[in-house]
This record gives sequence, structure tokens and C-alpha cells, in this order.
Amino acid sequence: MTQGAATDDHYPSPPPSSARRVLGHAVTRIEDLPLVTGYGRYAGDINFAHQLHMRIVRSNKAHGKIISIDASAATKMPGVVAVWTNDDIADLSPIDFRADKNATGIREFRQPALANTYVRYIGDPVAAVFAEDPYVAEDAAEQVVLEIEELPVVVSASDPPGEFEPGRSSEAIVLHHSFGDIDAAFRNAHAVIELDLKTGRHSGVPLETRGAIGVYDAAKDLLELHGAAKIPHRNRETLCRMLNRGPSSLHVHESHVGGGFGIRGELYPEDLLVLVAAMRFKRPVKWIEDRHEHLMCANQGREQRHLARIAVDKDGRILGIEDEIFHDQGAYIRTHGVNVPNRTMCMMTGAYHVPAYWAKARVRLTNKTPAATYRAPGRYESTFVRSRLMDAVAAKLGLDPVEVRRRNLITADQLPYVIAFNEPGVEELEFDSGDYPALLEKALKAFRWDELQADMKHRRAAGELVGAGIAIFMEESGRGPSDNAKIKVDPDGAVELITGGASLGQGFETSMAQICAEALGVDYRRVRVIHGQTDLIDHGIGAHAARATVLTGGAVHVTATMVRAKAIEFAAELLQTPAAELDIVDGTVMRRGDEGGPSISLGDIAKRIAPGSKLLRGRDPQLAAHGWYNTDHTVFPYGVHLAVVRVDRETGKIAVERFMVAYDVGRAVNPLLIEGQLVGGCVQGLGGALSEEFVYDETGEPLSATLADYLMPTLHEVPDVEVLLTEDAPSPHHPLGLKGAGEGGINGAGGVIASAIDDALGMPGAITRLPVTPQRVRELLRKTAQQ
Amino acid sequence: MSDKVDITLTINGRAHAIRVEPRKTLVDAIREDCGQTGTHIGCEHGVCGTCTIILDGEAIRACLMFAIQADGRQIRTVEGLADGETLSPLQQAFIDHHGLQCGFCTPGFLMLATNALEHNPNIGDDELLDVLSSNLCRCTGYQNIIKAVRAARDQMRGQAAR
Repeated sequence: MTQGAATDDHYPSPPPSSARRVLGHAVTRIEDLPLVTGYGRYAGDINFAHQLHMRIVRSNKAHGKIISIDASAATKMPGVVAVWTNDDIADLSPIDFRADKNATGIREFRQPALANTYVRYIGDPVAAVFAEDPYVAEDAAEQVVLEIEELPVVVSASDPPGEFEPGRSSEAIVLHHSFGDIDAAFRNAHAVIELDLKTGRHSGVPLETRGAIGVYDAAKDLLELHGAAKIPHRNRETLCRMLNRGPSSLHVHESHVGGGFGIRGELYPEDLLVLVAAMRFKRPVKWIEDRHEHLMCANQGREQRHLARIAVDKDGRILGIEDEIFHDQGAYIRTHGVNVPNRTMCMMTGAYHVPAYWAKARVRLTNKTPAATYRAPGRYESTFVRSRLMDAVAAKLGLDPVEVRRRNLITADQLPYVIAFNEPGVEELEFDSGDYPALLEKALKAFRWDELQADMKHRRAAGELVGAGIAIFMEESGRGPSDNAKIKVDPDGAVELITGGASLGQGFETSMAQICAEALGVDYRRVRVIHGQTDLIDHGIGAHAARATVLTGGAVHVTATMVRAKAIEFAAELLQTPAAELDIVDGTVMRRGDEGGPSISLGDIAKRIAPGSKLLRGRDPQLAAHGWYNTDHTVFPYGVHLAVVRVDRETGKIAVERFMVAYDVGRAVNPLLIEGQLVGGCVQGLGGALSEEFVYDETGEPLSATLADYLMPTLHEVPDVEVLLTEDAPSPHHPLGLKGAGEGGINGAGGVIASAIDDALGMPGAITRLPVTPQRVRELLRKTAQQ
Repeated sequence: MSDKVDITLTINGRAHAIRVEPRKTLVDAIREDCGQTGTHIGCEHGVCGTCTIILDGEAIRACLMFAIQADGRQIRTVEGLADGETLSPLQQAFIDHHGLQCGFCTPGFLMLATNALEHNPNIGDDELLDVLSSNLCRCTGYQNIIKAVRAARDQMRGQAAR
């Protein structure tokens, strides 16, 4: 190890970027060249000779019993190979949970690849058409006639549950999280505040729709899924379980991915169908989702109602928080199981010291598109709720909203701070490092908060509706247990780095290349980073929950350090120089500080230790290594969001004038990429706060099934997001001090915008629901006018 | 289905003689029949702008046109922006300013902005904002896209002044 060996998974504070060659530097990406020249390779760009095209026939009723499916006309159309219904795949398992251990009590709510007897949302796959041409497949799908007997529809998780199937309630499960003496907290309270809050249904909506291509090689009995993303290795495990195949007979391949955000790369019915069809037809089968389908079928998220209560003392210090959550799960429970309501509950108390907590989540199925994880799952929701509670405390006690937060933040001397839940099996949280009050003060100063208050006072006096808000939050990232990497130096000095990670466009290749290059002493642009190929490396954690940089980055660091040691060991022999005096600079091993002296390139070392080399003397050939990084810890980055909004009195339109994301990542691998993550996440969060919503009518009809109805921010709606990236609290549990950055831009966006709009309207507690659309603001303005 | 029609799509100066159904969209023909997959499909209903190309000197959405409507006309796509190994100033600016993440919307933005800068090399910041707000990006929050386009504009203007 270069920075001293780890003891007890506790590492010394890593050096700052100024003491590094490339790690921590804002270098440009190695991914970009093919992407700006049109030579990217996304799912839609992948074709195999002789492939079939699949088109899904989807339910047009939100809930019903299938009486008949008439595919006779479709089957007769020229170019149509087959039309499948559930009868054709009757033995096939429903889409399984990724982690089987979380499946207790909810297995009955899994989605079949094609609807079995019942349809449960508009868009539910009912039949699959396979044809020689995608246009023909679509024509034929329109000829499939469905007869569905309608059943009562449940469209809100707050409504009384209905039936998932006869005799089975649509309340799938009720989950609990708690700690401390909650009764005492409320009994001794100076004040208790109750809020009824809602987060709207929205989702990632990547610009590339989903796609899957199944290929079966009968000669090798090898099944391949192309177009995979996010978690290729874990998806392979799940697919193997569902298809009853061994891992070496099923490979998953990721190519370029047009955005993920948590929703893409999960296993969906279509992924399974192309694989089964490829095996059965012995031909490649390609499926590309259209946008209309995407907005009705890909995972949605966030929709929750919270009946939240907070107990405080006379100074506004929190004594306890209670929350009853109605989680709108949509029609089925998909691959994550009940991860989102669990994350919502466990992250609810955020960066505050809360002595007692009690939460209950009612996971209820509705006749809408299934819900699952979307960037910062459970955190966007819980930060909204927590921020609303803090603002309500301030209003009730007549305190400044910032001051209330200051009084309740966990302080640096309380770290590591452990939250242990009463419920068996619920993982405890151990906030590893940080100074939350310090980040708050830094953010306020950088935002010129005090000046801002004075400025807003003037503007309000002139009649403007302008206000500022604040949200403080914890993130979690890098959850273990293990990841690995393989590194090999070619004879020409190029480095191949094979990871089990995944790239969703976040700059994974560049980040990994930087970590590898720093440890190995090469130019990061000479590192070719492989990801998402299960045939090249047997284990991988993919890219989810802000894990990639931390966990895979840890593995790359460990492995590159092994290769470095090997290079130096042989160089010491070849250069007749003690290993301790050697360094690797730009791919060349030389004596430290002796540029003109004897040296040897890594490529030459690789050549000299090829198999059969006399130098080896019993040691393994090749300048290569396979290393693992193991950890029991999760690392916890933290952040503050600040925003200024202006409300238009006439139209109700909200303009976000300023937005700051202050975020501590421990150590940044590449500040340019992290800023990109934070700004991009922030703008997605603004969408969910102000305009994006999957609306359903009372029959379960989706009303936001085009991009003209589902309103994502354009350049016109976004402010210049200010980023305050700090590196004050490297994780002691990571060799490079890294913490994840993928979700820090979005986490507090709902909370801070609600807070700022309240302030602009001069109506504390006015915002109880996201998104805050112009219609809802106008309604509030009308109410004030009447008062 | 309706009979196929012989047409010629001229893409980045190269003629592609293809046979398509009259209902085939231009973007499908560019991608599937001409093999130029740099132009992406984002929504197929003219909202996201991912499939933006330049047709006879105007930025258009290739999902809203039929291939036969482009018969004999001049099409430019992202594959034609670089001059051999030399990237256009705009392509380079997107790399330098981290103006892309997943890269899926990038070809559309590059064609949209290329067209805007060609029409008006002195285009102002406000007008640029108007033009670029017609396309959607889900990764970057747009901040670095606008930075990149402004930088390319300023650089190209500087070169022209010399």
C-alpha cells in the first residue's frame, strides 16, 4: 500500500490533490471522443445478423381480468414469426428480486413477464410480437385484440387498499423503523407539530429509452443480454436464478448507456422476454422501447404521503419524530423489493440529532406503473419531509429557520455517530466523518445569506414575491461488501483495466483511469477502462447508490498498487537500484528525482516478464494483477442546498434565481465530473420539485405519457447552479477518503424549493406537496387574496 | 404494406441509394438504412430534439419527417462535423467544458448549435439560450452545454476576426 497499510479498516487522511499527479484533478474525460463524433454504441445501435424484433402489446386497462387475447390476425401478417402470451411462457418465473433475502412476504407481488390472468396498470405487458422488421412488429401488435373485464381501480396509496388478486390485499407489507423512547419525547414536548405532506410521482426519464437484445449461441449453449446497464453482474445472478442457468452460460454486456438515474438497468419483463425468445427461436431478438412506452412502463418513483409529527422543546430542539408513510408502489413490486420505503425511513432524521424516532411505511400497490429507485431514493422524499418539519418548528416557535437547524445538527465531536434501529435486521447507520455545522456556515457565507436577506427585504417592499430556502441532508454511498479489478500492462505500455463497474454516463471510465494512473504512475489517457462485461470479470457491483467511485475505485486503487509493486520489484533488479528509491513517472520506472538516470518503461518490464522469462525465477509472468477491495462500511457524504425563488403573482410561475449545492465528498477524484454530477442532479431535482409529475386520472389512465405532458426542465428553467465542493471530511473507512457524489445534487432539491416558496409567499407551511406547479401556486395566491 | 420507394439520401456529402417504405421516418432511414447511428432517437414525437440534424441548412428533427421527403436533399449529421481527426471547435468545446455525460443528446445539441452558429456567428447569449432550450438533456443540467457553446462561439469569432 502506498499510504500505509490499513488497520482495522481505518485509513490515515489521504493527501490533497495538490500532492497528487492526476487523482483529484479536473481533467477532461476519456469517454468523450466517440460521443462527440457520433461513434457511440448505445442499445439501439447494436444489431446482429438475422435478428428478430419484438414489440409488446400492453394493457389499455388499469385493472382487469383477461377474458381473451386474439392474436390470429397478427400471427397471419407477413413477416410475423410468433405472438406470445403468458401461456407461451407459463413456466417462467416472475421478475425476481435482486436480493432474495429481502423477499419475505412480498413474493406474490412480483411482475410476470407477460400478464397472467390479471392486468394491473396501463402498459402492463400482455403479449409479445416477434417479427422480421420493427415496423411490421408494431403493425402486428396493433392487430392483437384484448378482451379485458374491468375491475375496481386503486389510484392512491392514501385510499383504502383494494385487492391485488382475490383475497389478497393491495397493502403488500407494513414496515417499521424506530429508536429511542418516542412516547416520552411527545409526552415531554413543549410543542408538537403535525404535517400532511406529499411527494409527487416522477422519475429518471433518461434520454435514451430502454433496449435489450437477446442472443443465443447454440454451439456454446451461451445466452447473452446486450443493452444492459447499471448492475450487469447482479442482473446476471438474478437472470441465472430465473432461467435456471449457471453463471458461465449467461453473459450480460453493457455498451454506451444514455443515462440511468436508478431506473435504467434494472431487470424488466422485456429483458427476460428477449432472452427466452432468443433461445427458443435460435435467433437474436432485439427490443427498443419507444418513449410512450417508457413513460408508462419504466420504473417511476417518489410518490409518498407522509403524516409526520415532530416534538420539540421550548428552544426548538428536536425530542422526537413520528411518521406514517403511504408508499405508492404502483402495480407490482419490482427488483428492489421494498428498498425505497426502507431508505426513506432510515434516512429520515438526516444530519440532526434526534433522540427518538418512530416510522411506519404502508407499502401499497396501486393500478399505476410500478415504482422503484430513482436517484437518491428515499432521500429526496425524506429530506423534503424533514425540511418541512424544521421550517414548521421555526414558524411555530418564532425562530429563524437557519437557527433551528443549527441547534439540531449533529456536531463534529459526536462523530462517528451511530443510529441503531430497534427492528431486527435493519442495518445501523454509522456516520463516519464530517463537520455538518461547519459546512452549513461555509455555505451560508458563500451564498451571502445575510446580504441576501437584506436584498430580498427591499425587493419585497417593491412588491416582488421573492424568498430563500435551505435544506440540509445526509447521503449514503459505497456500501460494501466487495469489489475487484484486473489490471494488465501491455508491452506497448497501454494499460487495460477491467472492472465489474458500470457506466451510465457519469464519467466512470475517467474516474477509474485517474485512480489507476495515480497509483501506477501512468498517463490516465493510456488506461482503457472496461466495464459491464460479465465474461471478462466474474464479479462486479455496477453503478448504483453512488457506489461505483467508492467501491470499484477502492478495488482499482488496491489492484494498481499491486501492479506498481510488481513493476518496481522487477525494475529494481533490472536497474540494480533499491526498490525504495524508485518511482514511476509517466509510465517509466526511474530513480526518484533522477530524470536523466537509468530507467525502464512499464511496457518494457511487461515484455521482459512474459511467460518463460528467466527473470521470473518462480514468480508469475505478466505485469498484471487482480485485486479486491473489501469493506463493511458505508460512507456518508453530506450537503446543504440553498435556493432563491421568485413567484410570478399573475401566472404562479416560479423562477429559481439562484441555487447552491454545498457538498462534502471527502476527497474528489475529479472535481469537474463531480460538479457535473451535482449540477445535473440538481436540475433533475428541480424538475421533480416544480414541473415533473406522472399524473393519472381516476380510472388509472396515465396523463403524462408524452414528453409534451411530462415536463422536464429545459435550459430556460434552470439557474446557474453554484457548487461549493468541499473535501473537509475524507472517509476514514476508504483508502482514498472517497465518498460518492452521484446523489448530492438532487437530495435536497425538493425540500429547499418548498422552503424558498413558502418564504416568497410569506406563508409558512404553505407548500405541502411536490411538484409545486403554477396551478398550485395560483391556488395558494387566491387563498391569500381572500384572507 | 405500401410499396417501397427508391430514394437517395445525401449525408455529409455522401449519397446513399436506399429503398424505403414511404412511411419510414428520416431518422430511421439515416440510422438503419444508411448506417449512420450517430443521430439518436429520444422521443419520436418532436419534443426532445435528440435527433436534430441539418437539412439544407436548417436544423430539423429527423423523427418528424419521412425519409422520402429528404430525397435528394443535403443532410448533415454529427459524423460530418469533424474534419478528419480534427474536431470542430464546438466538439472540442463540449469535451473541454464537460458539456456531455451520457452523450445521448449530444449529437442533437451539436447539430442544433452548429446550425445556430453558422447562421449567426455573433449570436447573443440570450438568443443562444432560446435556441438551445429547444433540446432536452437529462444529465448535465445544461450548465456546461451553454458554457461550451459560448466558448466555441467566442473562439470561432476570434478566428474569423484574425
